[in-house]
Amino acid sequence: MTGAAGMTQLVFALFCAPFLLGVANRAKALFAGRAGPPLCQAYFDIWRLFHKSVVYSTTTTWLFRAGPVVSLAATFVALCLAPCGGAKAVFSFDGDFIVMVYLLGLSRAFIVLAALDTGSSFEGMGASRELQFSLLAEVGLLLCLFALAWKTGMLDASSICGQLTVEAWRQEAGVLSLLAAALLLVLLAESSRIPFDDPNTHLELTMIHEVMVLDHSGPELGMILYGASLKMWILGTFLVRLVFPLRTGNFAADLALFGGAMVLLAVGIGIIESTMARLRLLNVPKLLLGAAALPCLAFLLSAGG
Amino acid sequence: MPLFLASIFAFIAAGILSALPRKRPRAAGLAGAGGAVLGSLLGIASAVKTLASGAGETLHLSWTIPYAAVSFQLEPLSSFFLLLVFAVGLVTAIYGQGYLRHHHPGGAAHTWLFFNIMVASIAVVFAAGNAILFLMAWEIMALSSFFLVILEGEKESTRRAGLIYLVVTQAGTALLLVFFILLGNHAGSFDFSRLASAASLPMPLANALFILALVGFGSKAGFVPLHVWLPEAHPAAPSHVSALMSGIMIKTGIYGLFRALTFLGPPPSWWGWALIAVGFVTSCWAILFASAQRDLKRLLAYSSVENIGIIALALGVALFGESAGLPVLTMLGATAALFHVLNHAAYKTLLFLGAGGVSIAAGTLDLDRLGGLLKKAPWLGAGFLVGALAICGLPPLNGLASEFLLYLGALRAGISQHGFVQQAPLGLAIGSLAICGGLAIASFSKAFGIVFLGTCRGNGSEHWHAPGLAIQAPVVVLGFVCVALGLLAPFVASGIASIVQTHGPFKGALAAFDPAPSLRPLFWLAGANAGALIAIALAVWLRRALLRGRNPGRAPTWDCGYSSPTPRMQYSSSSLVQPIAWLFGAFLRPREKDPQVVGYFPHHAEHATETPDFFLERVFSRVFTSVDGVLSRLRRFQHGRLQAYVFYILVTLVALLLWHLEVVR
Repeated sequence: MTGAAGMTQLVFALFCAPFLLGVANRAKALFAGRAGPPLCQAYFDIWRLFHKSVVYSTTTTWLFRAGPVVSLAATFVALCLAPCGGAKAVFSFDGDFIVMVYLLGLSRAFIVLAALDTGSSFEGMGASRELQFSLLAEVGLLLCLFALAWKTGMLDASSICGQLTVEAWRQEAGVLSLLAAALLLVLLAESSRIPFDDPNTHLELTMIHEVMVLDHSGPELGMILYGASLKMWILGTFLVRLVFPLRTGNFAADLALFGGAMVLLAVGIGIIESTMARLRLLNVPKLLLGAAALPCLAFLLSAGG
Repeated sequence: MPLFLASIFAFIAAGILSALPRKRPRAAGLAGAGGAVLGSLLGIASAVKTLASGAGETLHLSWTIPYAAVSFQLEPLSSFFLLLVFAVGLVTAIYGQGYLRHHHPGGAAHTWLFFNIMVASIAVVFAAGNAILFLMAWEIMALSSFFLVILEGEKESTRRAGLIYLVVTQAGTALLLVFFILLGNHAGSFDFSRLASAASLPMPLANALFILALVGFGSKAGFVPLHVWLPEAHPAAPSHVSALMSGIMIKTGIYGLFRALTFLGPPPSWWGWALIAVGFVTSCWAILFASAQRDLKRLLAYSSVENIGIIALALGVALFGESAGLPVLTMLGATAALFHVLNHAAYKTLLFLGAGGVSIAAGTLDLDRLGGLLKKAPWLGAGFLVGALAICGLPPLNGLASEFLLYLGALRAGISQHGFVQQAPLGLAIGSLAICGGLAIASFSKAFGIVFLGTCRGNGSEHWHAPGLAIQAPVVVLGFVCVALGLLAPFVASGIASIVQTHGPFKGALAAFDPAPSLRPLFWLAGANAGALIAIALAVWLRRALLRGRNPGRAPTWDCGYSSPTPRMQYSSSSLVQPIAWLFGAFLRPREKDPQVVGYFPHHAEHATETPDFFLERVFSRVFTSVDGVLSRLRRFQHGRLQAYVFYILVTLVALLLWHLEVVR
């Protein structure tokens, strides 16, 4: 039963991940008084890209083609390890979240390398920024997950998320809210949202994630888009499971609740993007250092208490 | 045992043989390398035999040198390290033959003498069962590697590197001498078996011995701040020697610590703290400096220091577990330490051999003159990529397996403990691993990306060529070893765990401990590795299916409307990590030369950055300069007149005689 439930929520994630982008964009559009693109625009984009041909830069090698492929594959395996719903993940074992973070690292490393393969100074710039930000964001994410494991006394992601209940919030609200703040920062940074990066910018010099994929086209760009939405789903999972501890015990109802919470999260991201300006690039690391420091603080609080 | 002795004999005989015929360097080189290959195969057979049977063998012959004995003990812990040294020796000997032929056509046959002696002496270090023999082999190892480092001694930088190496290693040996004398004095013997079974040491003596071992062995392993010789010696040495030094020679320091701990009795908790602190500083400091380097081999050398730091962390966690009575922590920590030794031997050998391939293919190791080598040497590049991903601990390769064990051990024990003092070192271990992971990805994205991707940043790339089979094949083979170790991680780990359990320094708590349940997650990790490989294959199939029947177009890289980009406009090695260097500027202290722009149409402007080693430049140089200033007054006694020296000896002897008479009376 648990295996089937895990598979169901995996398939749910695979289908619904791009929807979050549409929700965030719709929220932004409503804030700006526009109608905005359709909610399913990301699906249309990916579909369209999957039916196009590709153009390769003459500078590139096989590594450029491997970039999106390996990146998507690694993100997919990471998704299999994340408990994205009320049930256990498809694969769940002691320390699975460590493997998950490193799989996301593999995915990122290949995007960075593919960017360097084009020999473009713009993509080099994006790679350079991504290396700095992701270094801090990865530390933040790992420490958050370790702090959660430490707090709940569980070693695998599914059990950790299972322990995050209303009761846990009643006892440890301080520590858990620190971790939630850190996870939100990591989520925003890793999915290239404001205040770290602007998904809508059209100037190469101001881009971070977008500028690394300038030379990708066709199905490979589609894979990158889809992979990015899966990654947002994975990171969103942990935040949602932490912040919305309500559960009914019924699998279908829990999954619906989880999906609703993810939509709320996307709306929240849209609100953040509409109400905040982007940070200066030099200030981004400071905020990310905060994301890495919060779990340390949480650790100190819980070890002292 | 006969296999092992035959192996040592083969190394030494072939080494001497290669040094004899001055006139036929080609034959001499073949003799040296051939003997090394034969010796390595014999040694591997011997080590595998011991590891498979699990039974130890000893050989003990008395010797005329006081307290010394020709004593070898081939037990599983030694054999584990012996397997590594012979395997690395085998690969580097095959590679070295091709490498030397390219870099020193005809002139370097005598290096096989030192190479073979070095491999043999490392093997003796691992197998020695007597402290005097151990120290002798230790010195021979240091000196033979010194002569290999200064192979290109006509360069000023090489001579400097050799000198720094010599000073550090001799200082370390001096401490080890004190260590073994104190220990032997207490036990009444210099045989390892007697040292291990001697009466328990008084605590102050044990603490002093631990510090001596930490510093003495740490200078060889490269703990910060004693790491200063690595970034100098590795770039100076020929690549196959760098691979041997980094892949296995620095691990003699780790082996020494393991051995020393078997002599020192139950550890107090501060030993674990100390090693974790050393590991934290070493790993984070070194990987930070690795990211700032612009010479490929210097970068790799710093990364070796980082990995030594991770091994120290693991060992510290194991010690901490031993003192806190947590067998699961001891088990996972010690297994992670040895597993990381194995992993690092695989991928760092690969990377140094790959760096040698780069220098053969492109004639330089300066990152800012490289780029786009993947097109000329695809197999070399693919192998290097595997090594680079593995050293960052990324799945589906072997690097994650050992780090995963360490993470898991620290996490498991951290959960079961309460209170700040019990939890903080484990949190520190986890934190430093996390920081190192991100910085390693940055360093090695730079190492691989700048060398192999994009286009050449310097001149002369039209003369670049793929290196020969003898250069590329070992790199590719080691790449497969990294994949295989990732997939077979649970089996390797359980083998190592049984070695730790029976022959490690942690006998007390582990005797009745079943390691199997705590290692079970490794099966899942290996499964995730396999899953990642399958997912990659599926994604490749998906890409192919989507592109079926479509013709990929070719176009120049998107240049943002700028009409004539040049390769010089690419991001360079320094600019790629500039944000990181800026963020950690307080530690790195890069030296920058800013351009002076004068006038409305400036002609010439220069910008340069370099990141010298903090400890070498600002600590050791200053200390040694002031010491030199004091001691230079003594130089008047050293003038080269032999009769005066004989007079000094006479005076000393008479003084000693008088003192002796005084004492006896």
